[in-house]
Amino acid sequence: MFIEAWEYLAGHQAQFLAALWRHVALSASALAIAAAIAVPLGVRLADKGGSALVAINAANIGRTLPSLAVLALVMPIMGTGFAPSLFALTLLALPPILINTHTAIRQVDPDIVDAARGMGMTALEIVRKVELPIALPVIFAGIRTAAVQVVSGAVLAAYIGGGGLGDFITAGIAMMALPQLLVGAIPATLLSLGTDALFASIQRALTPAGLRAR
Amino acid sequence: MIDLDALTKSFPGSPRPAVDRLTLTIPAGEVCVLIGPSGCGKTTTMRMINRMIEPDAGTIMVGGRNILHVDPVELRRSIGYVIQQVGLFPHWSIAENIATVPRLLGWDAKRTGARVDELLSLVGMEPAQYRQRFPRELSGGQKQRVGVARALAADPPVMLMDEPFGALDPITRTRLQAEFLRILRGLKKTIVFVTHDIDEAIKMGDRMAIMKNGELVQYDTPEAILARPADAFVDEFVGSDRALKRLALIPAADFVIDPVGSGKPGASVAADASARDALSAMLATDADSVTLIDENGAARGTITLAAMRARLIARGDGSASEPRPLSNNQGP
Repeated sequence: MFIEAWEYLAGHQAQFLAALWRHVALSASALAIAAAIAVPLGVRLADKGGSALVAINAANIGRTLPSLAVLALVMPIMGTGFAPSLFALTLLALPPILINTHTAIRQVDPDIVDAARGMGMTALEIVRKVELPIALPVIFAGIRTAAVQVVSGAVLAAYIGGGGLGDFITAGIAMMALPQLLVGAIPATLLSLGTDALFASIQRALTPAGLRAR
Repeated sequence: MIDLDALTKSFPGSPRPAVDRLTLTIPAGEVCVLIGPSGCGKTTTMRMINRMIEPDAGTIMVGGRNILHVDPVELRRSIGYVIQQVGLFPHWSIAENIATVPRLLGWDAKRTGARVDELLSLVGMEPAQYRQRFPRELSGGQKQRVGVARALAADPPVMLMDEPFGALDPITRTRLQAEFLRILRGLKKTIVFVTHDIDEAIKMGDRMAIMKNGELVQYDTPEAILARPADAFVDEFVGSDRALKRLALIPAADFVIDPVGSGKPGASVAADASARDALSAMLATDADSVTLIDENGAARGTITLAAMRARLIARGDGSASEPRPLSNNQGP
């Protein structure tokens, strides 16, 4: 059966590489957009009370939505194709990044922030030089969670015409063709595991030396 | 150096002002200790001097500048700031922590590096050994040494210190008090020092400002406050052993009556001992007098109990007289 899958792959190399590339491009774009929105938003919300609570609770609810439900909800509004898939995956990636950023910034020791302010750092300098570097490991843990969710969720993008490795899986299921299904499923699984490992090592590298566990 | 005039601050939801028309002048190069029970407004007062808290009314002059007209960020870079929990940046090395304000001011790397090493040596830490360490590798006492070095980095004329030794164990606290007193006196800094510990205040302060409910109750040298508490509150606050605390501040040599020595031989104290040590020696040896001896064992003079009592009263001891309230403390 694996041999058959291998043969199928050998016969559809160009198609496979295109699907793999699309899968990675879709996931990376969604993650980049989500991080660009959620990190600054999380930092801003950290020193606010009521409005932050609303946003964070909304994000928490968003987090409980299954990936497939998000994709299904987007389809009637935006139709099918790359753009709606990207939109849906970005929505999926926002909550973990937003929640982790907000929590990480709030957990920075208030005495450290007081010392920074008392020594004459501007509000921007406090965020850039003190709060963000200290919060970075936790923020990046959120990005890592989001990355794995997006890479796995992108498999479902095939249902709304987003393409990617999910195309092989949906086609394989539809035609009861196990080898074809495996050509999508195995690389998709490896991609998720690889993403997690890659982001874990980036997270370690980004942790400032003074904060690393001895 | 620092002039506070009718300084007032209220916080929302509080029935009375945290600081109420406080007027205080701190001469250049002196350590002024703000002391009082919790909620007396001492920390609020200190934090208004670098505008961490904005006053509602009144003026603050520092070095002739009305600081309410100075940009707060620029102001804070020119005032040293030390807090009880130190607040070192955990992601920066010790050298980077000390270099915080020089970097904000745009010093070049060479000048900053030289200053960091100079300060580490000043606070008793070997630069080569500690420069590249991180805060989590230091003990509590070492952290506060770095905290003070960091506050001194850009050589600010004024330092604000909020219970800097409050979180340390008693032995470390005593050692750092003595050491920092020596360092800061040598640097001629004007220091506002907040504490609730009367013994620390007596030890560290050139002047003590005793506060209650946001008002200044008494402002004077520790010896004068111990000799003449302004009212019953101060009397209770300084403690029932205030006469002994006061004696600890007076050198025994001030009470020498006879340069040769006529008392019973035996009881003796070092020439640089305090009057309290001399009294203790008399009590311990059941003598009415004690001889001051220098490091070679030669007699430098004699102190008698009777003379000590007479001179304490002559110095203005008011233990038996009426408390004298401060003229600027007659508000409601």
